[in-house]
Amino acid sequence: MVNKNQHIVLRTENLSIGYTSKKSETEVASNINIELHQGELVGLIGANGIGKSTLLRTLTKVQTALNGTIFINNKDIIKYASLDLAKAMSLVLTEQISSKNLSVLELVALGRQPYTNWVGNLSEQDMTAVIKALNQTNIEGLKEKKCFELSDGQLQKVMIARALAQDTDLIILDEPTTHLDMYHKAYILKLLQKLAKETNKTILFSSHEIDLAIQLCDKLVVMTKDNVISDEPCNLISKGIFETLFPKDLIAFDKDTGSFRVRK
Amino acid sequence: MNTPNTYKLSFLALSTLLIVCFFINISLGSVSIPNSDILETLLGTTQNVSWRYIIIDYRLPKAFTAIIVGSGLGISGLMMQTLFRNPLAGPFVLGITSGASLGVALVTMGASLFGGVMAAVFISKWSIVIAATLGSFLVLLAVLIVSTKVRDTMAILIIGLMFASISAAVVNVLSYFSSAEELQQYIFWGFGSLGNLSWNELLVLFTLYTFGIMFSIVSIKALNTLLLGENYAKSLGLNIKQSRLTIIIATSLLAGTITAFTGPIAFIGLAIPHMTRQVFNTSNHKILLPAVLIIGAIVMLICDSIAQLPNSDFTLPINAITSLVGAPVVIWLLIRKRKMIF
Repeated sequence: MVNKNQHIVLRTENLSIGYTSKKSETEVASNINIELHQGELVGLIGANGIGKSTLLRTLTKVQTALNGTIFINNKDIIKYASLDLAKAMSLVLTEQISSKNLSVLELVALGRQPYTNWVGNLSEQDMTAVIKALNQTNIEGLKEKKCFELSDGQLQKVMIARALAQDTDLIILDEPTTHLDMYHKAYILKLLQKLAKETNKTILFSSHEIDLAIQLCDKLVVMTKDNVISDEPCNLISKGIFETLFPKDLIAFDKDTGSFRVRK
Repeated sequence: MNTPNTYKLSFLALSTLLIVCFFINISLGSVSIPNSDILETLLGTTQNVSWRYIIIDYRLPKAFTAIIVGSGLGISGLMMQTLFRNPLAGPFVLGITSGASLGVALVTMGASLFGGVMAAVFISKWSIVIAATLGSFLVLLAVLIVSTKVRDTMAILIIGLMFASISAAVVNVLSYFSSAEELQQYIFWGFGSLGNLSWNELLVLFTLYTFGIMFSIVSIKALNTLLLGENYAKSLGLNIKQSRLTIIIATSLLAGTITAFTGPIAFIGLAIPHMTRQVFNTSNHKILLPAVLIIGAIVMLICDSIAQLPNSDFTLPINAITSLVGAPVVIWLLIRKRKMIF
């Protein structure tokens, strides 16, 4: 399924992540080597507190790496000016937007900010990109609605449309399925899969929906206490990686169904 | 995001209203002057010297001051509310008024404490303006320095409030030790006044106001991006620290100079952005900024006209009127629309 010849959008080289304070350095994970290709849907999974957020924050240049290098489109991330990075990578965060009085159209259009002039006027090209993003996420019907009128599931689609409008090779989503019901969890991840295929963008998301991620992703990045492994889901299952994900007292991984079961 | 025709219509109506309010404001005052004579005076064809004096040297500068105060404070309030993501923010959360009050308190009431008779001689119009400017400038400088150090915008809000508390405490101590006359002078400054500006002072005020407006226009795109929250804004390539600095400079230029010349004008900075959002129902600053400018000017002209108590010898403190008129309007708008737009 994964075409090895395709262009590498995100690559890390011996990356180690963590926090530095004046006195000490706390390493959360090290020796991370991952490669994400064009058009891939990649899930980042791991237990709470294992460092998923730290990894995402490092990959998005919110915090700096302790060691190693991150390449976006073969260029070191620290060499990116903030505006250039905004044209290469877009984000969907867990935090709420400040003003819910924006209409859906206005919010998606804000994704064009890196391309607009000093006062933020939309060109015809910008409008085309916005309409395209609305179509790709099936929310044309919502465009006049205000954000406070939307359900959580609809709002998440709008935020994804905003990231699409930003027109970047890489989209990173931090837990896009929290607060959603089972149907909408599947809906959003299925939508991401469709978008990765159709637009040939690389989409990386962190999630606790391991069952869904196994079924839908081209590749998974699994963080365990000892290391960070990335591979296709079926290979990870046969390697028995998922068994090492959590303490064994409560839940166990069932290889046949590709999901976790509660111990009886 | 484009300006539809409904906005154009609203802007046309508001601009007309502004012009009407301007002429009503000029035609009202303690001395009643017939409308035809007002027009003649404005055109420079009247022979009546005292009317010319009243209109050209008193009412006109006062009306222009009202326009600058209303629009300037409204825009400062709008920028602060967006920057701090807080509907209760106004132009004075940065500690500008407190700094100005402290400066004025030191000049009016500190004289007897520190300099005795000598200092009291120097209490003039300009010394109060300079003291207010210096006071607000120093507090702002402190806030600015801190704002480049802290990562969290909310911290600036708290720091501004802390500076306000410190200034208020010092003012309290000063007023405890000062004489009744000094206290009165300080309190009168605190009432706010639009009517004391000469044309020269107005020119200084207008120049600084223009710079402030220019800084705020440059910030329109940043303000719109900030509607998503700081992290999203950063991911869109916005330089947060630089934008924050530009917004703070714009606010301090507007609110700082206005306060220095007219005293602390209450309520306008907080209320005008809310009124405007209710009228225009948008958060887009490309619409809000010019709308706040016009609505602020209109409201201030109306407040000033009422404060004059037309055809009577009394003038009410402008601060009392802005709150008396403004608060019910905001309450009415909120009840009518049943929700706050922010």
